Amino acid sequence: MAIQEAFEYAKPKTLREATKLLRKNKGAMVLAGGTDLVGYLKEGFVSPSLVIDIKSLAELKKIEFKGNALHIGALVTFTDILESKVVAKKLPVLREIAEKVASVGIRNRATLVGNICSAVPCLDSGPVLVAMDGVVHVKSTLGARKIPAEKWFLGARKTARKPGELVTGVSIPLPKGKAAGCYLKLGRYQGEDLAQASVFVLMVGGKKPEFRVAFGSVGPVPSRGRRIEKSLNAGESETAARALVGSEIKPITDIRATREYRLHMCEVMLERAVQAARARLTGDGPAYGAAII
Amino acid sequence: MKKTIHFTLNGQKRSIDVAPTEILLEMLRERLGVKSPKCGCDRGDCGTCSVLVNGRTLRSCLMLAVEIDGAAVTTIEGLGKDGEMSPLQKTFHERNAFQCGFCAPGMILSATELLARNPEPTRDEVKEGLAGNLCRCTGYTPIIDAVLEVSRKSGEGK
Ligand code: FES
Ligand code: FES
Repeated sequence: MAIQEAFEYAKPKTLREATKLLRKNKGAMVLAGGTDLVGYLKEGFVSPSLVIDIKSLAELKKIEFKGNALHIGALVTFTDILESKVVAKKLPVLREIAEKVASVGIRNRATLVGNICSAVPCLDSGPVLVAMDGVVHVKSTLGARKIPAEKWFLGARKTARKPGELVTGVSIPLPKGKAAGCYLKLGRYQGEDLAQASVFVLMVGGKKPEFRVAFGSVGPVPSRGRRIEKSLNAGESETAARALVGSEIKPITDIRATREYRLHMCEVMLERAVQAARARLTGDGPAYGAAII
Repeated sequence: MKKTIHFTLNGQKRSIDVAPTEILLEMLRERLGVKSPKCGCDRGDCGTCSVLVNGRTLRSCLMLAVEIDGAAVTTIEGLGKDGEMSPLQKTFHERNAFQCGFCAPGMILSATELLARNPEPTRDEVKEGLAGNLCRCTGYTPIIDAVLEVSRKSGEGK
């Protein structure tokens, strides 16, 4: 399939140049990995006047740990995440997430930031950001903004990004204590598929363990499970927490799964994710990436 | 506006004028006559259009041609050396790891990337490395076996 609508192409060398181009051209779109954008262009779903390829902006290709947060630049691909020593050491559950995204040929190009900019409801990068109070960093010629992940996702394919703004990266604040997480993604078969439902759990150890919970693919945007967190933080069991799932999410029936199936599987996955995170915290849990569902 | 891009294709320097809207897969097939990458799904799901760009498999149906400016592109035509097939190509051939062959270039390129990064993969790692490359003929078993055989052989050679 050929792209029908013509556009211009620019590959700026600096961030300043990129934001200037974005401001001057109302119809411009940003290209990083392109695994979504090029598909949209071919389908005629978008028709920008200018495509701004940001792949020369080396400063956006970094994964860094500073100020107690993990920073992931806009050009970091899922393969980069899988191969990063910093991620393996500081937030190994992020590898479990990256590994579940599509296939190698896509992960080699697709970026985490691109994933949250496309913001389809089944995105894999959403739950972790929402659960861990991730922050989205944007820049424009007018200055920089930091947007909490929960305020970033406004609806299916809708984000808080304003015209002229370029997303430069995301940061994930890491908890002070020892922590372990688990990301479970339900697909129609093993191997690459879009999620029917997904659950992210983080457990922070200590005398009074603390939990973070979020769901993906069961609503237009990834959603935090605050009632469940409260119950788990109060020392209730994961089996008790299952009963709260129905009050946190309102999935729909669509081509990939029914409402009932999604609800039921979210209960099962929540329970198993909490168990896995707890076992990982004490060091005898399943390896990250192991099949748990 | 057209842009002149410079890149290497299977080790040879190439320059070509491309429009921003040109898809890499179309450019390779229609303008440069490289027919091994194929258009299966045209949307990133099947892997038949895979090419190696700087050693990584990418889906050429989801890339603009202008994006490969300065890169090294390898298709299956460029895998062998001095007219000899690569060990993976040979083993696929000997083990009958394809029937119609439509998926073979993508499978072999993906396996090439996998073995370059992980010379002794487990069966599950091979499956994960090849996921996203669909085969409608073989049922995958001979393909996975062929990749494992090559990794074992190169292990023996050490
Ligand atoms: S044609 Fe590119 S992945 Fe199917
Ligand atoms: S051999 Fe025919 S598709 Fe794989």
